[in-house]
Amino acid sequence: MVVTDLSPAELRQRAWEAAASVADPEIPVLTIDDLGVLREVELVGDRVDVAITPTYSGCPAMNMIALEIELALERAGFREARVRTVLSPAWTTDWMSEEGRRKLRDYGIAPPQPSSGRRALFGVAEVACPQCGSVDTEQLAEFGSTSCKALWRCKSCREPFDYFKCH
Amino acid sequence: MTAPSIIVSETPLVLYTLRRADDALILGHRLSEWCGHAPMLEEDMALSNMALDLIGQARELYGYAAKVEGRGNDEDKLAYLRDVRQYRNLLLVERPNGDFAHTMVRQLFYAAFADLYWRGMMGSTDATLAAIAAKSEKESAYHLRHASEWVIRLGDGTDESHARVQVAVDDLWAYTGEMFGADDAERGLIDAGVAIDPTMLLPEWLSIVSHVAREATLTLPENDWMQQGGRDGRHSEHLGHLLSELQYMQRSFPGATW
Repeated sequence: MVVTDLSPAELRQRAWEAAASVADPEIPVLTIDDLGVLREVELVGDRVDVAITPTYSGCPAMNMIALEIELALERAGFREARVRTVLSPAWTTDWMSEEGRRKLRDYGIAPPQPSSGRRALFGVAEVACPQCGSVDTEQLAEFGSTSCKALWRCKSCREPFDYFKCH
Repeated sequence: MTAPSIIVSETPLVLYTLRRADDALILGHRLSEWCGHAPMLEEDMALSNMALDLIGQARELYGYAAKVEGRGNDEDKLAYLRDVRQYRNLLLVERPNGDFAHTMVRQLFYAAFADLYWRGMMGSTDATLAAIAAKSEKESAYHLRHASEWVIRLGDGTDESHARVQVAVDDLWAYTGEMFGADDAERGLIDAGVAIDPTMLLPEWLSIVSHVAREATLTLPENDWMQQGGRDGRHSEHLGHLLSELQYMQRSFPGATW
């Protein structure tokens, strides 16, 4: 341990902040903390144990995120880190922080609608355009550039945009 | 040098988990065959996205099967080093992609089942299966909606698209019954609350599929003779060809990594 004059609580806080600083490789404006992907950071002796939860089962970003966490912890002075994936409770878009939603919108991606009716077979969600705010929008494709996004278009400003799908 | 097949000790829970893992892997592989060939760019992405979801589900399930088996196998060995007779997937998911109508009808039949199945499995007494179910259920809901919309669009579309999707429904219908079967090994797990009884899902599945068929102006076949065998490793000639492609690298270059 490089840093030795910190209390266990301060060390844990330092480890959390290091892990929480890791950005999603697909949506670099969001940290894994904003996304709700970072679940737990624990100190076990000299080792840091981190638990993350995948957004989608096949999300290819998870391996990258795990590697980035190990690197971030090493930079923060922690010698050993172990990242594990937890499935339960399953990640939902409701875990995304308010700050995360705001950052997404500023980045040009419409944030997920909290607890919207994804069950409705042909339900139409109201999605506001991240550019002009209009809700006169339409879905172009349910599956977008990554597993977690759909492609939409604004009928007011005519801009296409990504919508972070509800889960 | 080629890698020989592994031996899997199929206790009821290992077998049960492998069957679901194989369903997800084989259907995921079939959908991935569309990558670069779909009728339009959005659909290419959608099919690849759904393939990714399914392969992700398969990885979780294989990982769990390997852990329960406890003989040193892992997700890669289970996927790459079992021969066709050791595969336990439904015959439905190994059906060739055919035309786009065939792919979408197969997807509708499977997703309508998977959505109900995973929702039920969220209440499994097995914590890992319940957790995998909670993730898979959300993904299946998207797959079902996507396939439903396409089947309706094609069925209620041109004469050509209607005819093609009706042929697909007629061709694939006999492969749907296997989804609702359970053998003695599974009965024990059902009694223990680890698994749900798939026969209970049939009425709701029929209601969902009938609703889509009605909107799509399609007729569901009346015959109820159903093809079986995949769960016991008796497959159509198509699976061997799929596996030869899927497994080529690990069979020819054992343990290859990059």
